[in-house]
Amino acid sequence: MADTPKGILTSPIFANNPIALQILGICSALAVTTNLSTAVVMGVAVSLVTAFSSMFISMIRAHIPNSIRIIVQMTIIASLVIVVDQLLKAFAYETSKQLSVFVGLIITNCIVMGRAEAYAMKNGPTMSFIDGIGNGLGYTVVLLFVGFIRELFGSGSLFGIQLLEKVNDGGWYLPNGMMLLPPSAFFIIAGFIWLIRTYQPAQNESAEFKICPNTQAKEAV
Amino acid sequence: MFEYYLSLLVKAVFVENMALAFFLGMCTFLAVSKKIEAALGLGIAVVVVLVITVPVNNLIYNNLLREGALVWTGMEGAESIDLSFLGYLSYIGVIAAMVQILEMFLDKFVPALYNALGVFLPLITVNCAILGASLFMAERDYNFAESVVYGAGAGIGWALAIVALAGIREKLKYSDVPKGLEGLGITFVTVGLMSLGFMSFSGVQL
Repeated sequence: MADTPKGILTSPIFANNPIALQILGICSALAVTTNLSTAVVMGVAVSLVTAFSSMFISMIRAHIPNSIRIIVQMTIIASLVIVVDQLLKAFAYETSKQLSVFVGLIITNCIVMGRAEAYAMKNGPTMSFIDGIGNGLGYTVVLLFVGFIRELFGSGSLFGIQLLEKVNDGGWYLPNGMMLLPPSAFFIIAGFIWLIRTYQPAQNESAEFKICPNTQAKEAV
Repeated sequence: MFEYYLSLLVKAVFVENMALAFFLGMCTFLAVSKKIEAALGLGIAVVVVLVITVPVNNLIYNNLLREGALVWTGMEGAESIDLSFLGYLSYIGVIAAMVQILEMFLDKFVPALYNALGVFLPLITVNCAILGASLFMAERDYNFAESVVYGAGAGIGWALAIVALAGIREKLKYSDVPKGLEGLGITFVTVGLMSLGFMSFSGVQL
């Protein structure tokens, strides 16, 4: 299934999710998800950077000397991120201010590097582009999931539109302040991983130790 | 003066902990925290690299990239040249080069440390904590001395967090975790709890 373009596009979304299974690109997934609109922007930016960097790297993969490939990949990725950053500053200045350093950190986002190294160096440009989009989508799905929960429960709104009336504004909903703090993101992602692995038991990690069941408690005589 | 730098250091180590408050360097943070020794080695490597790269990037930013920084060249119209958009490219270049130089230097002069750090040094190039520290430095307009202190603080904070997590995970191996949460899932929950703990430092002022 993973060899057709459709398979490459869709498998990273749930079956081979970059965040939940490959442990890539977690840093920014946690930091930009306090509300949905930044999560969407970040998802789109990472998808595009991954797709285009994979495509360009794949185009020149035969000419990159093996010993300096990391630097070459970094340069391509950094140039693309500069383009994204300038675009955001020009057309979505408010969002770019909220994202602050995290746009720049797309450079070191392991998804981009990881796909360049694992896929684009071995496959043709078109497939690499599709693979990049697919992994970007997988990342975006997690971002949206986390952003949805954090914004809905943390401030009672979605995309900045108030859905649950807050107590402060005379409504009934008492916002859960923890959702806006960093730790909640960890818990939500843990839940997401749990959810995926419940439906796809093949992703479970095998235990390093087998723990004996409790010995039967006997009544004291 | 001393108090100011001490406060900056404490802030960088605890209040704005790279790993637990800004989620930077998470990939390596989760991947290399299974054993305390490995975590300690990586932590030290991160401190060393941060202490070198943040000040170097600070010099580059202040003397080459920022608006009007090129005045010293005496070029015509130098006041209006703003190269700060080249920041990302130069920071990552500096980091990659520094890591490479450090690796060669250690290999030649301190082979014991080189062997101890082993594979972690090249890994550091793509650690977002390193690039993140440089970007924060540029965003907050630190001067040279501040950038040295900030680099050291950010590194120590990150190292502290990864060693603490490795300690917890070594114990966690023996506990009975629900099937789907095993491994990655429970690690996330642990990091979340640690992050909650570190939240209590917020607002600490010296």
